[in-house]
Amino acid sequence: MVDLKTKTPCAGLVPVRVGPLSLVEDAPGHMTALAPYLGQDAALSEALKAAHGMAAPGVGRMSGKRGARALWFGQRMILLMGPAPDAGLAEFAALSDQSDGWAVLHLEGRGAGDVLAHMTPLDLRPTQFKRGHSARSECAHMPASITRLGDEAFQIMVFRSMAATLVHELKTAMGRVVALQ
Amino acid sequence: MRLPCPICGERDRREFTYSGAAVALERPGAEAGSEAWDDYLHNRDNPAGVTRDLWYHEQGCAAWIVMTRNTATHEVLGAALASEARRAGSTS
Repeated sequence: MVDLKTKTPCAGLVPVRVGPLSLVEDAPGHMTALAPYLGQDAALSEALKAAHGMAAPGVGRMSGKRGARALWFGQRMILLMGPAPDAGLAEFAALSDQSDGWAVLHLEGRGAGDVLAHMTPLDLRPTQFKRGHSARSECAHMPASITRLGDEAFQIMVFRSMAATLVHELKTAMGRVVALQ
Repeated sequence: MRLPCPICGERDRREFTYSGAAVALERPGAEAGSEAWDDYLHNRDNPAGVTRDLWYHEQGCAAWIVMTRNTATHEVLGAALASEARRAGSTS
């Protein structure tokens, strides 16, 4: 049998370091979209808590911690990142495996917010978009999920097919921001 | 232009796709007759003032939204999820 090698979406594209800014790939493991059935939102949240240790995130939020996170991922959609989904979740939500479908990048360092401001219309001011806040929006015209992980740290996700374009755009913006620092 | 999404809050217009008058939610019955179907499929008002139209929050939460706005002043007067507007049985 052919021995297939695992290749992450951003293999060969990152790390990118420009001045104080760094862009690295995160390999979150399993990613599963959970779409709760009508009226099952609370039950799904309980099941998530029991099986994976975090409640379902509210709109525009992230719950859990590094290694096992749940991300608000759109209207009535949650993305479980890290653990393989507990089979019991299927009682309350439609589950679909997204593991290889998304590129997950971490942008960190002084000016990280300024870099993103080149690429997304989101209001990223720290008073409006705090740690643990998450949004679906566009990033350099690509559909993206953007989450603040810290004061100067963001998680950016796009479809795997767009990984190279996103890294290219981020690299360009990082250079521009650092040049003005 | 900023548009209010009932789920995400105020967002940039770039995230939305416009999809015409909200009359699309008022699909007539099969027996409604050709005039009702003609209106539903083809005839649209072009109001200088308050209008209701459908927007898709494509680059956001993927909700369909009925937006009430004023074409003369560009004021946005309100937004509701299309699914709820439809369930309530009234889109006008």
